[in-house]
Amino acid sequence: MTTVKVNGRDHQVDAEPDTPLLYVLRDDLGLNAAKFGCGLGQCGSCTVIVDGNAVLSCVTPLLLLEGKQVTTLEGLGTIETPAPVQRAFIEEQAAQCGYCIAGMMMRTQALLQRNAKPTDDEIRAELAPHLCRCGTHMRILRAVHRAAHLMQTADASTDQRSAQ
Amino acid sequence: MNGPVTIDRRRVLAGSGALIVSFSLGNAFAQDQPVPKPPGSLATTPFLDSWIRIDADGTITAFTGKAELGQGFKTAFQQIAAEELDVPFASLKVVTADTSRTANEGYTSGSHSMQDSGTAIQNAAAQVRALLIAEAARRLNLPAENFRTDNGAVIAADGQRFAYGDLVAGDMLHAQAQPASKLKDPATFKVMGQPTPRVDIPAKVTGGAAYVQDMRLPGMVHARVVRPPSYGAQLTACDTSAVEKLSGVVKVVRNGNFLAVVTKREFQAIKAMAALSDAAKWRETPSLPKQDDLVGVLTSLPSQDKTIFQAGNRLSAGQKTIEATYTRPYQSHGSIGPSCAVAQMTDGTMTVWTHTQGVYPDRQAISEMLRVPQASVRCIHVEGSGCYGHNGADDAAADAALIARELPGVPVRVQWTREQEHAWEPYGPAMVTRLKASLDDNGAIADWHFEVWSNTHSMRPGGAGAMLAAQHMAQPFAPPPPKPLPLPEGGGDRNAIPIYEFPNAQVVHHFIPDMPVRISAMRALGAYHNVFSIESFMDELARAAGADPVEFRLKHLEDPRGRDVIEKAAQGFGWVKGQKAPPDRGYGFAFARYKNLAAYCAIACEVEVNRETGRPRLVRAVAAVDSGQVVNPDGLTNQIEGAIVQSMSWTLYEAVTFDDTRITSIDWQTYPILRFDAVPDSIIVHIINRPGKPFLGSGETGQGPAAASIANAIANATGKRLRDLPLTRKKIKDAIDA
Amino acid sequence: MSKARVFASLGAALVIAGAVAAFAIAWRPAIPATDPPSAQSFDPVQVKHGRELAALGNCNTCHTTRGGKDFAGGLPVPTPFGTIYSSNITPDADTGIGRWPEDAFRRAMRSGVDRDGRHLYPTFPYDHFTNVSDEDDRALYAYLMTRQPVHAVARANQLPFPLDQRVVIAGWKLLFLRRDTYRPDPARSAEFNRGAYLVEGLAHCGACHTPRNALGAERASASFAGGEADNWSAYAINAQSPAPVPWTADALFAYLRHGFDPDHGTARGPMAQVVGNLSEVPGGDVRAIATYMAGVSGAPAEDRKRRAEDVLAQVKSPAAPESQANSAGAAIYAAACASCHESKRPLPYGGVNLALSTALSSPDPRNAANIVLSGVRPVEGERSPIMPGFASSMSDAQVAALLNYLRSRFSNQPAWAHVEQTVAEARRTQTVFLETSAGAQDAPAAVNQRDKP
Repeated sequence: MTTVKVNGRDHQVDAEPDTPLLYVLRDDLGLNAAKFGCGLGQCGSCTVIVDGNAVLSCVTPLLLLEGKQVTTLEGLGTIETPAPVQRAFIEEQAAQCGYCIAGMMMRTQALLQRNAKPTDDEIRAELAPHLCRCGTHMRILRAVHRAAHLMQTADASTDQRSAQ
Repeated sequence: MNGPVTIDRRRVLAGSGALIVSFSLGNAFAQDQPVPKPPGSLATTPFLDSWIRIDADGTITAFTGKAELGQGFKTAFQQIAAEELDVPFASLKVVTADTSRTANEGYTSGSHSMQDSGTAIQNAAAQVRALLIAEAARRLNLPAENFRTDNGAVIAADGQRFAYGDLVAGDMLHAQAQPASKLKDPATFKVMGQPTPRVDIPAKVTGGAAYVQDMRLPGMVHARVVRPPSYGAQLTACDTSAVEKLSGVVKVVRNGNFLAVVTKREFQAIKAMAALSDAAKWRETPSLPKQDDLVGVLTSLPSQDKTIFQAGNRLSAGQKTIEATYTRPYQSHGSIGPSCAVAQMTDGTMTVWTHTQGVYPDRQAISEMLRVPQASVRCIHVEGSGCYGHNGADDAAADAALIARELPGVPVRVQWTREQEHAWEPYGPAMVTRLKASLDDNGAIADWHFEVWSNTHSMRPGGAGAMLAAQHMAQPFAPPPPKPLPLPEGGGDRNAIPIYEFPNAQVVHHFIPDMPVRISAMRALGAYHNVFSIESFMDELARAAGADPVEFRLKHLEDPRGRDVIEKAAQGFGWVKGQKAPPDRGYGFAFARYKNLAAYCAIACEVEVNRETGRPRLVRAVAAVDSGQVVNPDGLTNQIEGAIVQSMSWTLYEAVTFDDTRITSIDWQTYPILRFDAVPDSIIVHIINRPGKPFLGSGETGQGPAAASIANAIANATGKRLRDLPLTRKKIKDAIDA
Repeated sequence: MSKARVFASLGAALVIAGAVAAFAIAWRPAIPATDPPSAQSFDPVQVKHGRELAALGNCNTCHTTRGGKDFAGGLPVPTPFGTIYSSNITPDADTGIGRWPEDAFRRAMRSGVDRDGRHLYPTFPYDHFTNVSDEDDRALYAYLMTRQPVHAVARANQLPFPLDQRVVIAGWKLLFLRRDTYRPDPARSAEFNRGAYLVEGLAHCGACHTPRNALGAERASASFAGGEADNWSAYAINAQSPAPVPWTADALFAYLRHGFDPDHGTARGPMAQVVGNLSEVPGGDVRAIATYMAGVSGAPAEDRKRRAEDVLAQVKSPAAPESQANSAGAAIYAAACASCHESKRPLPYGGVNLALSTALSSPDPRNAANIVLSGVRPVEGERSPIMPGFASSMSDAQVAALLNYLRSRFSNQPAWAHVEQTVAEARRTQTVFLETSAGAQDAPAAVNQRDKP
């Protein structure tokens, strides 16, 4: 049994240490967001966040994660209480089939945690590992900008509240 | 449920039906006219309750035989049904393709869904609403005109409310649809025509179970197929004993050349697949053609030649003649999520959850493969990633069924690998077009000659023989003989007939039955290459005539809606006659009406070409689209934006590669597609809404014009015309350097 | 201050003294500016020839930055002395070389002096370009002057005093710049001599592959004995090559021309851009370079040959690894690397069998660290290898454990030292490289490789 910390909680999983994180998330923990797109680190659909960095979970075996924190899309927010990045993608309707979107959103989240106001060029460079076959790229870029904006205004209102 | 309608309802129905008929059929029919059929898919599935169900508690469900592929149809159909039923959008839900619950609407393809299913739902909902009013009228013994509907209830003039759930009784909705319906006036639309947010997106962005890949049934096991290394490879030996002993292995399936392993946990399946693949020995046969000489290959294969269009009879009627040959390689659907299916055989019924585009044909094929009656197989559509046509979905469904048969009662999940999806999906066929035209003294096209060489663009429905599992199993099914898709839709000849008016024109379709490479339907079918060819050639002719590309097209086009989209796109782009692009940039324009009967689309774009490297960069694109009555403008915009970006990738990068035996483009290294570094700065879509006009399919209308628009812009930027897809950086550089 | 810096400053002080004494030698006149010539005034054949020479010289690699216009400069080049930014060599009149007459260009190539008479830092490898013939300089001039002019002001170099005073370079040149035009050796074949001319001149291989002294000059006695570029180790490419399988002329040609060789691996890091350029020049020139470098290395010693045979045999039929199965590094390799690196899928799309890897046999662990951290990025729109980077999923300790394991399993060399430190450093410098370098243009396995699996 291995312990892995996902979305703030410790989980005991009966997976071999060489199991890629993707299958642990999907099969042992029943989480849907991280997707199997290639298993080769070429498409980005499996992206999650580990200790604040975007990571391709299909090429990240469990044994690398000791003591690290994994965050998946499910850990950011829910339909009832969506996180800024989730709200942004809904508001921009930034999806067609939607299969690549969870990975895009995790990469976006990691980027915005590091760089609150990325330029268009910075966003494109950041999203380079991600493929979208439906051609939703324009909306995805708009959603990233919108997420940045939402995160800033969320911060502003939290600051306001804590200042009171 | 085929019992006779009761006297009461029949009278009511006859009464309202007659009203509807007399309102809608302006010109009275003579007695010996054939009985008109109800519109859309109602023609084949006429009972209203096949489309709309209302339960006694007021729950409303709309049914469609079409599948949500990511185009937003579930939402659009919900809008249509809500509008015509006069209920709030959120108060009803849509059930999609399921052989046990929905109409048989064939395939979700060909941009038919709006025209067939949307129309059926619209009319069925309108007629259900009429029945509900008629029932309330019957109860109060008042004329139907005294009633209106609002918010899920029929309301009498005096304010009495009848909730829909209270009005339905028994088989009331099991009524045959009338040929025409009293549809709502578009000016009063509350939901249709609105950019309603898609109902499926919230789950997709919060980790909800949204795809067939997310299915987890109790006791489900994981399977992986070991596919042969090439077409026609024969399994000569396979010692499975070591594989059977691996951790978690439940079963190894060997049936002729069909080889698969089933395990308890998914990662075990991946490891076992690798071991099984190592243990398998194959005898391969070189059978693939020369990929560098598609023109030679395609034009020398035997073909069935047919003149599909003839106007006038004079060829070379003009002064200046030009000729051009355009080519397209095999191209891949490239679905981001490799195909997946879940199957379970319980008490003699095989249920398959699949992202196939056609649950009914898939059911037929699977039942044929298993050699069981159709009724014992049920196919339920669950979303996969975008398929863009006939990808590996049907094959994965067959794989799952074949394996599930070996494990009765156990749900079996089959997941294709990336390499399998790339190597085994049926591709968009390679095509060659030859065009020849001449200009008269006034710079107008005097004659036009167009020839296209292509395989069929669909191997469906194909029965069991169209599926890999059935082809590979010990008692195999032969692939069905290919057939050309009939016009006016066509396959390889889709959009081969120009929409322009030429005094003399001839279009010839060389249908090639031999398929050395596995092919089938890919988004837009032959229209992608035919429109690319026609619209590139129109530019070549415009250049020869010294004319502006937009003006030149308008000169030859009568269709007023076509003219409108051309003018709108040009205006939106800022197209100026005689304009000159900045250095290293070019402008391009293209237009088509998909299938000459679906949506119209014109695209103007600006491309920048790096003279050092040849790298083409789409800077911006402006599109105009006319899709008839718009249901969801945001969904439509999404589709056109996506079409342009997808087509850009096809047009600039994509070609399936192979040696004499094996497909070699088997992952994203070897079949690169667009990444964010090449995405344009902007895409703007102008929608020309036509309220009240029939829905026109728009899912495939942008790809062809986008390709030609980009090609024309590259020609404008570099002064060199490229005719062989894909228009790669290297080809552009070599053309510039030449 | 680092040892290098101490040495450098001391050395600089000495050089200044020398330069003052040799002022007459140090000073160079300005060459009067001319109007930018029209592109039409150049012979297209010359321009085409110049294009090929520029590719051989890799001008675009240093003079183009990621996201920037071609030849507009601005690429940060790290040196032990500070960061030098490449200059704008487009024919822009104000910020480029648009006002340079041909002899100013030739003087820059020959002697490292700009039109104004200022000395250029030898980061611009004129110690090699001095060997370029006059006709080739003419063709290069024709090519550069017919490029798109780009207005881009040069970024200021980041150098400490006194190194930011260009006059110190005069002293450096006095000590290290040899001005002989290359002379062919009649005892050697034409191909060898052509290769020598290219390698010692335009291709400036030694600029990366030769170790430098404390004053930053190539050590003449250690030609091709290994150097560095952009925080990558440029392997020794002479007889001291650490490659498990010695390079032959054929293997070199394949690698330089196609970007990979089955017995060595795929070109990565700064070399990826070099092979991208070499895929577009006349094949005979690449063959000449390969022939010359094979000659420089000479035939491999007997024990190297035997070791190579062992390695190739091991690659063909891999033995099960010795029981290091409990080591953290072994587990990481098995879980994160083996699925690609033992897939037997042929290069360049399959991971190279690590027994063949020069990175693991090299005395310097930097390249292995760079690759593990950043992976291999695809070339836009072209068939090209993709390897995921593990910077975000592995800690420094994990990468170090992996590298130490790979070193012990796949090479017969002694363990590396300070691996974790190297990894931490590599993390920092790789980000800069990836963000600023324009990236490989032509992918390995371009059009002529389409039919290979």
